Amino acid sequence: MNSLWTLTLATLKKDIRLEWRSKDALNSMLFFSLLVVVIFAFAFDPLAEESRHIAGGLIWVAFLFAAVVALNQTWARELRNQVLDAYRVSPAPANALFLAKALGNFLFVSVLEALMTPLFVVFYNLHVLGPAWQLIPIAILGTWALVVNGTFFAAMSLRTRSREIMLPLLLFPISIPAVLGMVAGTTAVLTGDNPAHFYIVLLLTYDVVFTTACLGLFETILHAE
Amino acid sequence: MKRLFPILSVVTAVLLAYALYLALVVAPTDAQQGDVYRIIYYHVPSAWTAFLLFLINFVSSIVYLIRRNPKADMLALVCAEVGVVFCTVVLVTGPIWARPVWGIWWAPGDIRLTSTLVMWLIYVSYLVLRRFSTSAQTQILAAALAVFGALDVPLVYFSIWFFRTQHPQPVIGGGGSMDPRMLHVLLINWLAFLCFAFLVCWSRFRLELLHREVEEAHAMQSLAGDGVGARASVPLSRSQK
Repeated sequence: MNSLWTLTLATLKKDIRLEWRSKDALNSMLFFSLLVVVIFAFAFDPLAEESRHIAGGLIWVAFLFAAVVALNQTWARELRNQVLDAYRVSPAPANALFLAKALGNFLFVSVLEALMTPLFVVFYNLHVLGPAWQLIPIAILGTWALVVNGTFFAAMSLRTRSREIMLPLLLFPISIPAVLGMVAGTTAVLTGDNPAHFYIVLLLTYDVVFTTACLGLFETILHAE
Repeated sequence: MKRLFPILSVVTAVLLAYALYLALVVAPTDAQQGDVYRIIYYHVPSAWTAFLLFLINFVSSIVYLIRRNPKADMLALVCAEVGVVFCTVVLVTGPIWARPVWGIWWAPGDIRLTSTLVMWLIYVSYLVLRRFSTSAQTQILAAALAVFGALDVPLVYFSIWFFRTQHPQPVIGGGGSMDPRMLHVLLINWLAFLCFAFLVCWSRFRLELLHREVEEAHAMQSLAGDGVGARASVPLSRSQK
């Protein structure tokens, strides 16, 4: 267990350092979601009251698309110089690699969300009517739901033709309950019409189920040859 | 086994014809919906068959992950393909019925409609993965995705459960009441659909078996080089009997 966390932290630190130096994933995600926000603002041009009802959907769709950009780059880095093959033959537990990648993606997408949310508030004149603190568990659980499966499916689509297209095709159908939980939960908080507890429980269940499934199956996927 | 196939084909054809006769002529007309309701004899058996096939896909995927038995993988593939076809029938016949009865083609918040649609999407993505994946690891990746898909289905159901449902209650075990004569016709239709699904799965399974044997023979041939290629293709003749 101890070595699992040591290895996870080592890989995570390496990924963060690489990202800090290149800023590839963050920059592309930021610009991508900025484009989505601007295009949606032109397409809908909503009033303040309407925007409260649609903002939950827009914000999460923007983050979902942007996350796919980062997720696609997760493993591509490891393919150069056969790093992934080296990892396969090493005695290090496969789950350490998976956890590091998933945590790294979680961090990058969280930074993106922290930077983009104020922009959304400005563009759509948002004013929260429900208990705003509930947005924090929704954001954390929702982001984890996206990245845990996204990291797993990105590893899966490494072995397919046209892998960049493959990832959303695999990820989106499976993510539908999580997206529904995030969107409906956010809308519930923004409008203050109904409580968001149900959606938080739903996201939590989704996270527990799929984190377990990912950890259980990742080794099989990594060594699938 | 080979002789059983034509016999089963004839039995299925007769059963399907009989079930059609029962559904269109013998079954009583519904008091409220009139003749429109008769689509239930296609809609519900297709749904049950699709769910059963997806269940077999899930179980055989797990068996494949544990045992690495290629036949389990083939069974999973066949069940997903045929299941998607039956699920498509469900999704097409549903709106045809809903339009005259509910007045709308589609109820977005409805639990069974939406979860069936999401299930269809999941299994289509499963088939897309199998199509796009490079040959050597496809089976393992597909089996993992099948497990994810099967885990997702209850969550989808749970997530939409919050909304009020518009779909009629299940006809069996759901508190809904149904004329016993209608139920009888429905079950005969399901039996016919099951036979049909089994028949299609069987022939698709044999096709997949042949396909893999041919691939293997080709691989052996290229390994052995052209000179001994003729001998390497011997396994082909076994399956052509």
